[in-house]
Amino acid sequence: MWSKCRWSTVMFSFLHRRSSVMSQTPPIVSVLPTRGLVDEKFKVLVENLPPGRPVTVRSLHHSDNGHYWEAFGFYTSDHRGTVNVSKDQSVGGTYTGKEPMGLLWSMCPVPGSHKGLRLRKLNMCSPMLVNISVHSGHEGFRDGAPLASVLVERWYMAPGVKRIDVQEKGLLYLFSPGPFPGILDLWGGGGGLVEYRSALLASHGFATMSLDYLSCGQPVFTYVETAFNFIKDHPQVIADRVGVVGLCLGSLPALYLAADSTVVKVVKQITSPLLLVSGCDDQNWPSFETAEDINQTMRAAGNDHLLSRLDYPDSGHLIEPPFSPHFRASTFVTTNKRKAMILWGGKTKPHSDAQEDSWRKILSFLQQHLCCSLNAKL
Amino acid sequence: AEQCCVSLSVNPSRGLMDEKFIILVQKALPGFQLTIHASYHCEDGNSWEAFAHYTADAGGTVNVSQDTSLGGTYSGVEAMGLLWSLRPVPGSKPGLRLRKKNVQTPMEVTISVYQGHQTEGFVDQVPLASVLVERWYMAPGVCRIPITEEGLTATLFVPAGNGPFPGLLDLWGGGGPLVEYRAALLASHGIASLALNYLTPKTTMETGKMVDNQYFEKAYKFLQQHPQICDSRIAMLGLSLGSAFTLKMAVYSQVMKLRCVVCIGGSHVQPVDGSVEQVLGYMEKNSEKTRFTENNEMIWRDLLLPIPTDPSFKVDVGRLKCPLMLVVSEDDQNWPAPESAKDMKEMMERAGNSHLLTVLSYPNAGHLIEPPYTPHVRISMFRTVVMALWGGQMVEHSRAQEDAWKKILIFLRENLYDSTKPGATTLSHL
Repeated sequence: MWSKCRWSTVMFSFLHRRSSVMSQTPPIVSVLPTRGLVDEKFKVLVENLPPGRPVTVRSLHHSDNGHYWEAFGFYTSDHRGTVNVSKDQSVGGTYTGKEPMGLLWSMCPVPGSHKGLRLRKLNMCSPMLVNISVHSGHEGFRDGAPLASVLVERWYMAPGVKRIDVQEKGLLYLFSPGPFPGILDLWGGGGGLVEYRSALLASHGFATMSLDYLSCGQPVFTYVETAFNFIKDHPQVIADRVGVVGLCLGSLPALYLAADSTVVKVVKQITSPLLLVSGCDDQNWPSFETAEDINQTMRAAGNDHLLSRLDYPDSGHLIEPPFSPHFRASTFVTTNKRKAMILWGGKTKPHSDAQEDSWRKILSFLQQHLCCSLNAKL
Repeated sequence: AEQCCVSLSVNPSRGLMDEKFIILVQKALPGFQLTIHASYHCEDGNSWEAFAHYTADAGGTVNVSQDTSLGGTYSGVEAMGLLWSLRPVPGSKPGLRLRKKNVQTPMEVTISVYQGHQTEGFVDQVPLASVLVERWYMAPGVCRIPITEEGLTATLFVPAGNGPFPGLLDLWGGGGPLVEYRAALLASHGIASLALNYLTPKTTMETGKMVDNQYFEKAYKFLQQHPQICDSRIAMLGLSLGSAFTLKMAVYSQVMKLRCVVCIGGSHVQPVDGSVEQVLGYMEKNSEKTRFTENNEMIWRDLLLPIPTDPSFKVDVGRLKCPLMLVVSEDDQNWPAPESAKDMKEMMERAGNSHLLTVLSYPNAGHLIEPPYTPHVRISMFRTVVMALWGGQMVEHSRAQEDAWKKILIFLRENLYDSTKPGATTLSHL
C-alpha cells in the first residue's frame, strides 16, 4: 500500500483511512431531490450500514458570509442496515423525533461561532450548498471522518426565473413568457434589499418585485405606490392581479396600499383580501395584538369577511420561508450603526412548523386571489 | 380568452437524467382538452419536440404519471413520455441523434400547455403555461477531471464526498469522439467512472497508431492508484465495440482484477490475440456481409456471423471469474448481440461458471441502449459519413433503456458495494 503511494505526506492519512475501510462495505447516503427549491421537502436515505448500528446524520452549510451552520440527528440503522430520515426517529441532536426536514430547520452555528448569527443567502442566482453526511456513533460523531456524504443544492430560483435590476431601486423576479400575477414584496426594518422571498415567489409563478423602501430618499408610501404601478403596468404582469406581501415594518405600507391608497381602487375589490400572519411569541413587534386590533376594526366596518388570520403559538417574529433555521435572537445593526442583540422570540420546533404551515397557506392565499380559475368565470 | 389560469408544475424542476418527474396541470375546466408539449434545443443547433393529448378530469387536473395520453408522440400512461418520445422537429436533417457533449450544464427542456389537441405549429402559438426543466448528468459535487497522464485520453468523474469510492472503466462504441454522459451519471450514483477514449486518443491522433491492450490496463491501474478509489472494487462497462475489449480484458488480462463486468449490445467474437487494430481489421475483412435497407441504411449485424467455432476467434468466457451482465436487444441490427449472448451462455454452462451470468434481453429494442429517457433513434448518421440502422421500436426500446439502467445500477451496487441485503438498494425514484 505504502509503496504504491506517490502523493505527498498530506495524503497519507487519507490512504491509511482508505486501507482501513477497504475491507468494510461503505454505506451509501442519498438525498432526493439533490437539487430542490428551498421550500421543497427532501428525502434522506442511508443504506448499506450494518444492522442496528448507531449513526449520526449531519448537515453542514458554509454560508455566503463565511460562517458554518450544522444540524444533526442520532439514529440507529434497522435490520436492513437502513436509516430513512423521513420515517425514522432521531433520538438526539439538534432535533428529535420523526423530522424529514430537521437537518435544515434545526441548523445552528457550529461550536465556536460568534453569537447572534443569522442565516441569510445573499446571492439568489446560486444555490445554497448543504453537505449531508453520515458518521459512526452518536455523542462522539465528530471524532471520525464521515462514512459517506452527498452534496445537496437548495435553490431560491426555479429554472428559467430571471432576476432583473429595475432602476427604481428594486429587483424583479419573473419567468418568461408570462403574463403572470404580480406581487410587491416589502421586507422589514433590517434595511437593504432582501430578495429571497421574491425569488421564491417567482418560482411559484408570480412576477415579484423586491423593494428597498427605506433608503430610497422618498416618502415611503409614495415610493411604494410608484412601485405598485410599475408592476401593474409591466407587460408581463396581469394588471388586475397584483398583491402585496409585507413582513414586519413592511406590513405598514402593505396595509396602506390595501386600504387607503387610490392606486388600489383600480383593482376589482376596493378593499382587498388580507392575510395576517403572527407569531404569538413575537418579541419584536406586538404582531398578535396588532392583528387583534385590525380584526376588531374590520368587524366594526363590516368588511372582516376579507380578513384571514394565521396565529402561531410559540413562534417568533421572523416567519421566513420553510426549513430556514430559527434563531431566537440575532445581532441587528440599527440606523445609527450601533450593534444590538435583538430578541425575535419563538421556540425552534413550533417556529419551524409555523414557517412550513404559513408558507403553504400564503402561497395558497396568493394563488386563490391572484390566479383566477376558469370556473370562477362561469 | 383569459387562459392565464391553468397552472403547470414539473417536480423535480431540476433532476438527474435518470430521475422520474411528475407533470401536473391544474385549474383547467373539467373536460378541457389540452396538449402538453416538450421542446429542447440541442447544443448542435437542432430542435427536438414531443407532445401528448390529454383531457382534464372532473377536478380540472391532468397528472401525466397517472392519466392517459390520447395521442401525440406517445400514447397511454407514460410519466416520462415527453422525454423519450422527443424527435427532431419537422424540417430537420435526417439521421440526428440526441447526445449531450457538455455534461457540466443541464439539458434544458421547456414543458408547455396548449389549448386543444394540437399536432403542429406550436412555435407560432402562446402557451397557456410553461415551465423550464433542468435535467442533469452530474449530481451536485461530482467532479469532472480530464486525464492525460500515462498517455491516456480520458475523463474521470468522481462522486461528491471524500470516498473512497468504487471505480469503473467506461468504454463506448465505434461511433465517434469520446462521450462522457454515462460516466458522469454513474458518478452521480457513487461510482468513480473513467470514460476512456481508445479509438481517437491523443497518441493515435499524433502517431497514427492505434492503442494496444496495455492501454486498457494503464487505465485500470490509474483507477486503482487514485486516492479516492478502492483498488479492489473496480468494474468495467462496454457498449457495442467497447464490449469486445471489455470481455477481452476481463478474461485475459493478468493485471485487471475486475469485480464485475457489464456488456451492452456487444459480442465476444474477435481475434482473441489481437489488439484494437486487429479487431477492427477483422470486422473490415467481413464488411462485404453488410446489408442495406431500401433506404440505403447499413446493417452490420452479419459481420460477426455466424458465431465461429474456432476458439481463437471468441473470448473464452468460460474462464471468467467475476459476475457478467449482458444487455441484449433482440432487434439489434448493428451487432449480433442475441446470438453472441446465446453462445456465451453455452460456453459458460459447459465451463461451469454460468452462475456468474445475467442476461437481460429486450424484444423490439435496438442497438443503442442508453441511459433512460434518451430518445430512441432507429437510424442515425455514423461518423458523419453513413447512415446506420440500429433497430428497435420507440416504446419497447424506451422501456428497455429504463429497465436495463435500473438493473445495471443494482448489479453494480451489489458487486461494488456488497449491498446484497434485501431492500438494501431501493433506487425507487428511478
